[in-house]
Amino acid sequence: MTLVLRVFAGTKIVLRAMCSSACLMVLLLNSGTLLSMVGAAEDDKTNPIDFTRDIQPILDKCVGCHGGVKKNAGLSVLSRELLLAPTDSDEPAVVAGDISASPLVDRISSDDPDERMPPEEPLEPGEIEALKAWIAQGAQWPSHWAYAPPRPAKTEAASVDHFVLKQLAKKGIAPSESADRRTLIRRLSLDITGLLPTPIEVDAFVHDQSDEAYVQLVDRLLASPHYGERWARHWLDEARYADSDGYEKDTPKNDSYYFRDWVVRSLNDDMPFDQFTIKQIAGDLLPEHTDDDLVATKFHLQTQFNLEGGVDSEEDRTKRIIDRVSTLGTVWLASTLGCCQCHDHPYDPFNQREFYSMVAFFNNADFAGDFLSGSEKSKKPEEVEKLRKERQDKQTALLAVLKVQLEDKSTSNDVIQHLGGLRNFDNQHGLVRYLRERTEDRRQTYVLSRGDFQRPITEGGDLAPSTPVMFPTMKIRGDVPDRLDLAHWLVSPEHPLVARVAANKIWMHLFGRPLVSSPGDFGSRGALASNQELLDWLAHWYVHEGAWSRKALIRLIVDSDTYRQSSTVRPELEQIDPDNDLLARQNRPRVEAEILRDIAIQASGLLSRKIGGPCVFPPIPAIIAEQTYAGQNKFKVSEGEDRYRRGLYTFFRRTAIDPNLATFDCPDSSAAKPQRDNSNNALQALAMLQNEVFHEAAQAFAGRLLKLSMASGLSDHARIRQGYLIALSREPATEEIDLLENLLQQAREYYKSQPDEAIQLIGNHAVGDVDPAENAAWVATSRVILNLDEFFTRN
Amino acid sequence: MNTIDVTRRDFFTTAASGLGGIALSTLLDQQGAFATGAAANPLANKPGHFPAKAKSCIYIFLAGAPSQLDLFDHKPVLQKLDGQKMPESLAAGAKFAFIQKDTARLMASNRKFTQHGQSGMWFSDLLPHLGTCADDICMINTMQTDQFNHHPAQLMMQCGQARFGLPTMGSWLSYGLGTENQNLPSYVVLSAGRGSSGGATLWSNGYLPSVHAGVLLRSQGPPILDLENPAGLPDMLQRKGLDVLRELNQRRYEEIHDPEIASRIANYEMAFRMQTEAPKLTDLSSETKQTLEDYGVNRPEPAERSGSAGVGDQFSSFATNCLLARRMVESGVRFVNIIFASWDHHSNLDKELRYNATMIDQPIAALINDLKQRGLLDETMVVCGGEFGRTPLGENRPGRDGVTGRDHHPTAFSMFMAGGGVRGGYTHGETDEIGWSPARDPVHINDLQATMLKQFGIDHLRLTYRTQGVNLRLTNITREAGVIDALVS
Repeated sequence: MTLVLRVFAGTKIVLRAMCSSACLMVLLLNSGTLLSMVGAAEDDKTNPIDFTRDIQPILDKCVGCHGGVKKNAGLSVLSRELLLAPTDSDEPAVVAGDISASPLVDRISSDDPDERMPPEEPLEPGEIEALKAWIAQGAQWPSHWAYAPPRPAKTEAASVDHFVLKQLAKKGIAPSESADRRTLIRRLSLDITGLLPTPIEVDAFVHDQSDEAYVQLVDRLLASPHYGERWARHWLDEARYADSDGYEKDTPKNDSYYFRDWVVRSLNDDMPFDQFTIKQIAGDLLPEHTDDDLVATKFHLQTQFNLEGGVDSEEDRTKRIIDRVSTLGTVWLASTLGCCQCHDHPYDPFNQREFYSMVAFFNNADFAGDFLSGSEKSKKPEEVEKLRKERQDKQTALLAVLKVQLEDKSTSNDVIQHLGGLRNFDNQHGLVRYLRERTEDRRQTYVLSRGDFQRPITEGGDLAPSTPVMFPTMKIRGDVPDRLDLAHWLVSPEHPLVARVAANKIWMHLFGRPLVSSPGDFGSRGALASNQELLDWLAHWYVHEGAWSRKALIRLIVDSDTYRQSSTVRPELEQIDPDNDLLARQNRPRVEAEILRDIAIQASGLLSRKIGGPCVFPPIPAIIAEQTYAGQNKFKVSEGEDRYRRGLYTFFRRTAIDPNLATFDCPDSSAAKPQRDNSNNALQALAMLQNEVFHEAAQAFAGRLLKLSMASGLSDHARIRQGYLIALSREPATEEIDLLENLLQQAREYYKSQPDEAIQLIGNHAVGDVDPAENAAWVATSRVILNLDEFFTRN
Repeated sequence: MNTIDVTRRDFFTTAASGLGGIALSTLLDQQGAFATGAAANPLANKPGHFPAKAKSCIYIFLAGAPSQLDLFDHKPVLQKLDGQKMPESLAAGAKFAFIQKDTARLMASNRKFTQHGQSGMWFSDLLPHLGTCADDICMINTMQTDQFNHHPAQLMMQCGQARFGLPTMGSWLSYGLGTENQNLPSYVVLSAGRGSSGGATLWSNGYLPSVHAGVLLRSQGPPILDLENPAGLPDMLQRKGLDVLRELNQRRYEEIHDPEIASRIANYEMAFRMQTEAPKLTDLSSETKQTLEDYGVNRPEPAERSGSAGVGDQFSSFATNCLLARRMVESGVRFVNIIFASWDHHSNLDKELRYNATMIDQPIAALINDLKQRGLLDETMVVCGGEFGRTPLGENRPGRDGVTGRDHHPTAFSMFMAGGGVRGGYTHGETDEIGWSPARDPVHINDLQATMLKQFGIDHLRLTYRTQGVNLRLTNITREAGVIDALVS
């Protein structure tokens, strides 16, 4: 390998060494004397000093005192510009290309504990040398990858497989074989609809090995209304969706489901992601907006709302506005903008003023309530008019107390009472809330000192709405930018982040892991893309060829051989690629909390496939239902088919979350959650074995197996086989049948002598003519199938 | 991520040791699989940053905020100023939930305070039993919080900040230290009385893995959710079913080598052991009659019931929870959170506080004494208090007859601790003459939390979890919190 090393400006020396790129760092770190004078290597194949890899981690040790929050001695190491700027001493700490003129070098190398930086733990000698080398070569600070727009692929051959194989080839790793047809149809069904394929569907797919069969299957699944349900839940995690207000009162929001249903419909209609974005950010500002456009803005009304007596309503409103900006940052920009509510961002290029300039987009967005999208159906027109008028009066009264509150803080409690009354009114009469921009008495927006609503910094005037300067400029329609301009800006093709962030998450839902492992943070402290070329190509494709069609992007990904690979773990890659970044196989995530219950009740034949509508209440333990302080709103278990609706429709109360959701990592809706945890613990095992919902599924599953061809007297073998086909979409091995049959026999013997226990175990799902002992033996056996790792894992 | 490593050895010596019948050699042969950490047991017992004084914590959370001025913080001057206007200097910056500032008057306590123990620690006449523990108690009269309303302040107390989605203290200890008994949860919650306004957010794992969430235990019936076999399923068939399940899962594991499957197998076995172990916790039949009497487990409700504490046998439930807490720390549970909520005495303070204080006084004293007798107090930290305090002003809420209560007060309130190496017989800090704010030695909640962690061998700055690009911790990263050495011996 030849290294061309630049010493200060211009002078070159050539160093020949037998070393790989990996050893270059060793060289850098060990040959202090040489490298203190050495600059960059020009051979781009050899990984010379890489700012992100080599320097940033060192600077990270400094940002606690010299960052965006604290700038001790006037020094910040957050950007090249700040690093080279004069400090409190009027001299810069670093002079690019000149070590001897850079006081920082003396401070980090000093032996005097009073002088040395960092004061607590000195830098390693290698780190000091790396920093010196970097300064000597000009302190180059490349722009962050995520802030440059994704470029179209340079090759005609661009495809998912092309980019994945390219990385695998570099490591000399072959991809995995395709999974078998049974695994593939189960995988596709779970990923796209969150439901199991039926044995008949599996059979047909297994017998038609053609490529068209695969394509047709994907088309059929994407056209299923259950696709919208499945992918809506992903979005609701990001929208911090809940059916109650949170905090002490935790009042139900009876209209919240209008938003959930809007998301389901939009996904099923494949509304392009740009439109989907615009309607949620600013549907109310669209010219000639529809009721649905207003419902879309409920995205912003998913914030918590504190109606506790004694709350300062303005403080709570400020929290909600700040939450809206932070959420937008996480969901669309994968940027931790929320950090800037109190101070400049500790390491990303956003400052507090820019944050509040974003707040200015939302500061005059109030909520309104009306009959929308058919919510007035059951009422006579005159009644609707009367209620509208009544609400108008209530809103006027609220505005009046708000005005008084401006002068006298102590009346805040009146405001809270009015807000609570309005909430009850809307709940009672079925009005739907949405965002509405206020046109009169508009609020002015200021930076809030340390995020405190009582400490606006008014010097220098109020802030106009604007987007952070490091992003492309926002085009505006009128004189003053508004939310609609913001929405258009987000989905403009030049935006470097939005398409990448969105494509990364679609990928995540199809592979169990995202390409950027921090899907809510693409900033300088977030993860790097495991395959940047692939991510950029996907992002570019999504916007251009894909025209923001989610279904098109999903189709593109699932069509690939990469997606179709077997998920069998390859022990030989465990050391080389422990997290499967290179994608030499598929992953095996456990299905999410809602899907776990969905497929359990589907396998057992209980599932209701009804789409949409008000929330439902499957059984939850009394101890959970009662624990909320909001005890006046009793949890009443739904009857009939509503007991067996998909988990998406379960009423989500923030202070009393269904334990079957919480135990399996369903987020608590406190903040946007782009990625769920995928934990594996003993409490989950207890739930799967014993929880009322899952046990009922086992009872019904046994009944389903027993009812199969009852007349023809199906053998135990055949029933166990059916159980496998329904739950696992595959044939059982002989040994598997033997194991379960053995259990069945023991259970039979037991229950023959214990008829009372048999009846208890069967519960409400007894099969007509079957002997209770036989029926119970099947419950005891079928529950094992529903507890198999393979059952609730997407293989 | 966590600065404290979980080793594979921990996994095998704890979680997997009870793998009934599983071919351990099969798991051991797959060392690479375990080494990735996916299957490492996150609850394995592990050491902190430095030697620990305390091993377990019993946190008694009096949600709703008891009146420190009627229980702990004796203010003779306030007694003399009863009925006077609040000092001008304080009125300016004050914020209240319900008090009308213009007509507010200072309100003396109707309680009689006396000194207890060698140190002469003050307690009101509502807490005679606690008084007998004075020399084991470290009283802090200068606690401060940033928050003014219940739920945010409760989050502040449990999570270090008033934000949703953060881990609570018990989750941090579970995450940092794991737990000693793999057959029980590391972090349990006992709730009596009316539910707290924070609900499950008060024992949330936040962004930490869900295995560190507090597990709500019931004091009657099966203590953990889903702990009992389904009705009609005998233990024999549960075990047989689990054996078949294990063999089927193991076949799958041998086929596709995913360590998550091995972990799943271990978790089903742990669940089975929990089924046997956890009910022993709530079975009080092995406790002596004397112990039950000491805690007051069978005390009847007083004739004059409280209006706000809820229904049922509150006295008995709270006493039982204190006893259960001792049984749990004895069994190796890391963190026990006892929550009792109904201290929000905006009115009827005298009657309501008497009811509540009488309910907690005897059981908490018994708990401290019991731990001490068993030699557990040194390694068990008992912490007790609310989310803020109550005003020296009487609450003159419009529309209410008379002034019979106190409003929310975040600037000074009392909490006390015992055991786990804290300094017994010591009263920390002093409030001004009317108990409005600290005259010296204020203790912010984050300071208290940093001090608690230190007793567990944890540097609060170093126990962190990376989320959203930031290493977060229990104490607010934007605030300087410090260990208060005076609190520990």
